Amino acid sequence: MDVAITAGKAVFAILLALQVVALGVFFERKVSAVIQDRIGANRAAIFGFAGLGLVNTLVADPIKFLLKEDVTPAAVDHLLHMLAPLVSVVPALLPFAVIPFGDVLQVGDRTINLQAAELNVGILFVLAMASLGVYGVVLGGWASNNRWSLLGGIRGSAQMISYEIAMGLALIGVVLTFNTLDLQEMVRQQGRLLWGWLPAWGVLYQPVAFVIFFTAGVAESKRIPFDLPESESELVSGYFTEYSGAKHLMFMMSDFIEVVLVAALVTTLFFGGWQVPYLARDGFHLPGGAMLAVPSWGVAILQVTSFAVKVILFTWLQIVIRWTLPRFRYDQLMRLGWQGLLPIALLNVLLTSLVVVLVGST
Amino acid sequence: MNPPVFLLLAILTVAAAVSVIATANPVHSALGLVVTLFLLSVFFVALDAQLVAVLQVIVYAGAIVVLFLFVVMLLNLQGEPRLTGGKGLVVAATAAALAFTALLVTLLGRSAPAPSNTLPPGFGETQALAQRLFTSHLLAFELTSVLLLVAVVGAVALSRR
Repeated sequence: MDVAITAGKAVFAILLALQVVALGVFFERKVSAVIQDRIGANRAAIFGFAGLGLVNTLVADPIKFLLKEDVTPAAVDHLLHMLAPLVSVVPALLPFAVIPFGDVLQVGDRTINLQAAELNVGILFVLAMASLGVYGVVLGGWASNNRWSLLGGIRGSAQMISYEIAMGLALIGVVLTFNTLDLQEMVRQQGRLLWGWLPAWGVLYQPVAFVIFFTAGVAESKRIPFDLPESESELVSGYFTEYSGAKHLMFMMSDFIEVVLVAALVTTLFFGGWQVPYLARDGFHLPGGAMLAVPSWGVAILQVTSFAVKVILFTWLQIVIRWTLPRFRYDQLMRLGWQGLLPIALLNVLLTSLVVVLVGST
Repeated sequence: MNPPVFLLLAILTVAAAVSVIATANPVHSALGLVVTLFLLSVFFVALDAQLVAVLQVIVYAGAIVVLFLFVVMLLNLQGEPRLTGGKGLVVAATAAALAFTALLVTLLGRSAPAPSNTLPPGFGETQALAQRLFTSHLLAFELTSVLLLVAVVGAVALSRR
């Protein structure tokens, strides 16, 4: 029974993530159309109804990719060329195992923690998987036996390592604030109220860490303005130039999964995760003493919905950023990472430690 | 860890470790190293050392080997000529291998049965590890950090030459 519950939670977490990925693809098409002031993605309409047509586009896109010819150039390293897209997708999906999507669900006497895997080292697991994601880029770039691909792979490895450092240091500030590495525990702590009315979300304690983490996260997902590894105006298509069909789809998908992952992490660490303001396990406790009872399953549904809405908002925000900003130059990218984010992150760690020593963590 | 799983993991780990030195291509060697490190971290998880397992992946698989690959790709190293070495090398290697086997057999024969089911609560978790690291092993910890700092400063100084 326990195994079945854990498997169910894992499947739910992954499906939740993949649903938002699909929404992300939809946003990508529609938001870009709105930003560029054109009518977009209205070709695959059902009965001329655009609303359905967008869903239709989501189905049509993967089918198109899967049915395309899978071209493998002659001189590639066959094993690595085939492995690279997989190595790209899998580490991007695994962190969703430790990201909580709700508090607890009461079924009979059973209390189910709405988090697929309860790890004592939760946030570090996310970092470990994120750091493995770079292999897809490096291997894809190297195995393709193409100058553009190789350049893309080299750029990708340098970029991802540089921004991982700022990301990790921003997380140290968060960990110091919450005094735990477990993401579920962090979200529970964000359920308290400051001065009786303001939800104590992480962004109030760690605004600097939020900015650094979000910037580094966008850089890790290798999308404009940080898409130097693929930069199509210089490198054709960068590290996945020599990929077509389903393998190309997997590289694209892992980019979108990373976007959703960054959104989910920002939500969890800085915006209360599944917390709904004033909602406790037995119902709403409004400031001023009013109370509205909600059954356990209702609370769980509200929390999962709240988590999903926040994740979708941050996915949307990243796509707006992607269609608004131009690409960085490579030296600008490195300067931002090493001379901008890194010192600020170090300062943030120092200040947070000082406050924690003087005042104590939350 | 139950014996069949352990055996399977052990065989995979050793095979990956051998591939690091057996392949002529530096990229394949580096990947063999990544697989070895990843499988080792699985052993750490099985030994209730989650933190060590995760750090192993972050530091070694996620950063150090990526830097190896970066350098390999930057210098565009392809297949390396195989160094066969002379008779002396073969003799020395055989002697070293025999000595190591003898050492292993002796140590394994001597080792006491594992103290099972006596782990303190929270064993291998971050708090327990940090407690030890910052109390009984503080001096070693600080000295190591100074050593790393020296290495960083040294690397910067060398690159400025």
